[in-house]
Amino acid sequence: MSALAGVAAAPGHLAVDVGPLTDFAVGEGRAVVVAGRQVAVFRHADDRLSALDAVCPHAGGPLADGQVDDRVVVCPLHLAVWELRTGRSCSGQEDVAAHAAEVVDGRVLVRLGG
Amino acid sequence: MTTAPSTTEVPAPRRGGTSGRRRLVVVGNGMAGARTLEELLARGGGEMFDITVFGDEPYGSYNRILLSGVLAGDDDEEGIVLNPREWYADNGIDLRCGVRVTGVRTAAREVVDATGAVTPYDVLVLATGSSSRVPPMEGVRRADGSLLPGVTGFRGLDDTRGLLDAARAHERAVVLGGGLLGLEAAHGLRRQGLDVTVLHSPAHLMNQQLDAAAGAVLRTSVEGTGVRVLTGTRASAVTGTDRVTGVVLPDGSHLAADVVVLTAGTTPNTGLAEAAGLDVDRAVVVDDRMRCGGAPSVAGASPTDGVYAVGECVQHRGVVYGLVAPLWEQATVLADVLTGADPTAEYRGSRTCTKLKVAGVDVAAMGLPAPELPGDELVVVAEPSRGVHLSAVVRDGVLVGATLLGDVSRTPALQQAFERGLPLPERRLELLLDLGGGAGEGDVADLDDDAPVCSCNQVTKGAITGAVAGGCTSVKGVMDATRAGKGCGTCKGVVGRLVELAADGALTEDPSVHWYVPGVPLRKDELVREIRERRLLSVSAVFAALAPGGEPDAKSSMGLTSLLRTLWPEDFEDERGGRFVNDRVHANIQRDGTFSVVPQMKGGVTTADELRRIADVADKYDVGMIKVTGGQRIDLLGVRKEDLPKVWEDLGMPSGYAYGKSMRTVKTCVGSDFCRFGLDDSTQLGIDLETRFQGLETPAKLKMAVVGCPRNCAEAYVKDVGVVAVGKGRWEVYVGGAAGASVRKGDLLATVGSAEEVITVVGRFVQLYREWGNWLERTYDFVPRMGLDRLQKVLLEDAGGLVAGLDADLEQAVAAYRDPWQEGREPVTPGQFRTALPLVPLPLVPRRAAGAPGGTSVADIGSDLAAAAAGPAGGAA
Repeated sequence: MSALAGVAAAPGHLAVDVGPLTDFAVGEGRAVVVAGRQVAVFRHADDRLSALDAVCPHAGGPLADGQVDDRVVVCPLHLAVWELRTGRSCSGQEDVAAHAAEVVDGRVLVRLGG
Repeated sequence: MTTAPSTTEVPAPRRGGTSGRRRLVVVGNGMAGARTLEELLARGGGEMFDITVFGDEPYGSYNRILLSGVLAGDDDEEGIVLNPREWYADNGIDLRCGVRVTGVRTAAREVVDATGAVTPYDVLVLATGSSSRVPPMEGVRRADGSLLPGVTGFRGLDDTRGLLDAARAHERAVVLGGGLLGLEAAHGLRRQGLDVTVLHSPAHLMNQQLDAAAGAVLRTSVEGTGVRVLTGTRASAVTGTDRVTGVVLPDGSHLAADVVVLTAGTTPNTGLAEAAGLDVDRAVVVDDRMRCGGAPSVAGASPTDGVYAVGECVQHRGVVYGLVAPLWEQATVLADVLTGADPTAEYRGSRTCTKLKVAGVDVAAMGLPAPELPGDELVVVAEPSRGVHLSAVVRDGVLVGATLLGDVSRTPALQQAFERGLPLPERRLELLLDLGGGAGEGDVADLDDDAPVCSCNQVTKGAITGAVAGGCTSVKGVMDATRAGKGCGTCKGVVGRLVELAADGALTEDPSVHWYVPGVPLRKDELVREIRERRLLSVSAVFAALAPGGEPDAKSSMGLTSLLRTLWPEDFEDERGGRFVNDRVHANIQRDGTFSVVPQMKGGVTTADELRRIADVADKYDVGMIKVTGGQRIDLLGVRKEDLPKVWEDLGMPSGYAYGKSMRTVKTCVGSDFCRFGLDDSTQLGIDLETRFQGLETPAKLKMAVVGCPRNCAEAYVKDVGVVAVGKGRWEVYVGGAAGASVRKGDLLATVGSAEEVITVVGRFVQLYREWGNWLERTYDFVPRMGLDRLQKVLLEDAGGLVAGLDADLEQAVAAYRDPWQEGREPVTPGQFRTALPLVPLPLVPRRAAGAPGGTSVADIGSDLAAAAAGPAGGAA
């Protein structure tokens, strides 16, 4: 796993190790860097992970500070909403990119999408 | 209410028609009968039934409401046709035009008509309508029982044609009855050039819809069109032998007339139903499914199987309707029931709203025309010279009636409030007028599509009407879709009116507006009961137990967290994900992702030592701006999330809670120590209040102030809780004030004799607000909703027996207070204070120049701006 950490080449193809699962609090988001890109990773109650671009396209809000449920994240600045799975806006803003995130051997791996 | 003892909703064919379909017979082809047919066809009834319709008149169906337009010459006959005769043929309906049904044999399930023909039915719909009432007048009928020629009703096309003919041949008309229909007839005949007198026996015109004052205004307008009006009198006799020559009044005087129009009420046509043994009271009695009732015969056969009724001939829950809207609702329900399109359809009665032009005057009337009970509130705006008279009747905070004459622009809003029992504006005049602030009805319609409506979220009129066009028909739905009205909230009224306008009558109400949070379909009281009974201690437990499908909802968790902390001060199981970011890191997030830090400064009083520490912290952490707040504290803006714990540690002061839905701060004036006007020690009382209530979560933010005299230097009159010294140890306690997006002077809750009593009374109010206030409901809405009287009874006289509980609950909450900034020493979750924007050089908010007011002394503005201009590093495309 550690071989992947910090590898910036070919985004979208490589899974990047962004730290141990224990760094991520249940129900909250944390911002990480994947191949030079800011990604908000959310840990759900069942230890499932969601990952979106970290910056809201509406006014630059930090999505990792947003509130989540199983489906959506709510931006803390103006309460705009995006779908976690697709990155689609539910409140009329631009969509954000959704990324793949999973836990392997206690480490969080993120693979850039769109 | 009689319920037909029918077991099957629509009996199967007993004899089998030629097609094998059930036979449906409709008696009456007026507004109700014709509408029922249309609704049936729309639900596939054409394939289910062989339909036969009997109509007295030799026409297809036409719009009776527009007959007054035909009489006035505004409409022609063709323009009022709803469905021509061909329509019936095209839809396979057997229309028996001009054929009167003379009997119903319920046992044999067949109807007999005037031609002697017998028509069997499986389902019978009576839509026989009503007739003009003929008042008891000597000479009105001839020996054979028919009306004296020249005396006519105003119900159908033939009546209207007769009146138009008469208008050409004659000069004088008397209209008996000054209600809606009478005034329409008078207006039409006047337009045809006749000399018209309206005789109305009640004291004022349209007495069923209007109160006396509005009736007087209407009378002036009607008389202005040249119609003579006599009220409080009636015709006791009709003169003339071959044709009418006039009417006689009770005082013996004679009014010459060539035409007499009967518009003093209607009589439901119930003859057929009565003869058939159906239940008839004032009209044909039906249940909520429009089924007729009636006692079974000796043989045990029920006369009501498959027999329904609809329209003006019907009495439903004691009410007989004469307006078109209820008839249409009935027709819809009946069609749902007959076709099985909605097996649960029920008609529950209508709240009727009359909207019309009477004699050229706009009138809208709904519900009660005038107060009925002692507590009813009457709101009136009258401008007689302009012919405007507006009134509203309010009972227990709900609109129960409204009458608009001459200016009907507020009708949609009032109708909505009336039909749905919506909360009313605190300033009742706003029911009838647009007072200041928001745009009026006309203005809203006139706005351009790119006109900004919500400046907080930059939503234009076009975006709102677009959302409606896209399928959102509730105000809440549009607000959710566009975010309009979700900022400061001051534009909510305009948004509501725009949605109403764009939805054009199809407005719906989202039931979630009554829920405490959107993701759990319960009102606050219901939710609290469930949480207590099931002992739900965490947000996830509430979702699992009470949300549809157990589904968590991000938009609901903050409100639930607040409620659970209120209900379980000690046992609450904290889930950090349930908190808004401000409550996770105990600071207020700013537009650039940094935070503002406001240390507690009780009563706005500080020390030189504290100020030095604040200054040192500002330097050390390079804060963007130092700002004295409106709440008499000092705000350090632009603090990085990761610096928060160190900032708190270095400050060594508790949190000022400038970020939460909680008690914020208590402003004070300098009170009696130094001020030469101060009547009491407001500063100390402010400090004591802040100590007592610090950090308490409340449904929305809560601000307090204490002033030492009514000069009100710390603005206590416009705080959620304001305390004012009035001398001799006495204090006034105001609640529900505001000076934000709304400005409201608080209501005087109590005047008490000591500072201790202030703390007790305020505590009870705060706890009641915590327990009964809706999520995000400020006290300026809460207090008017509860009503000051009720608050005083509950809090001061303990009328509800709640006080001991409130005191105990508050005590527990106060005891559970812990300064949240202590969390800085030991983060609650991993990465609690980790930045959420790692690559953005912070802060992006432009800094004030070093040394400038609000700027810090050490910041190197050049490098900050350069960093900000560089933007996010790397490939954050």
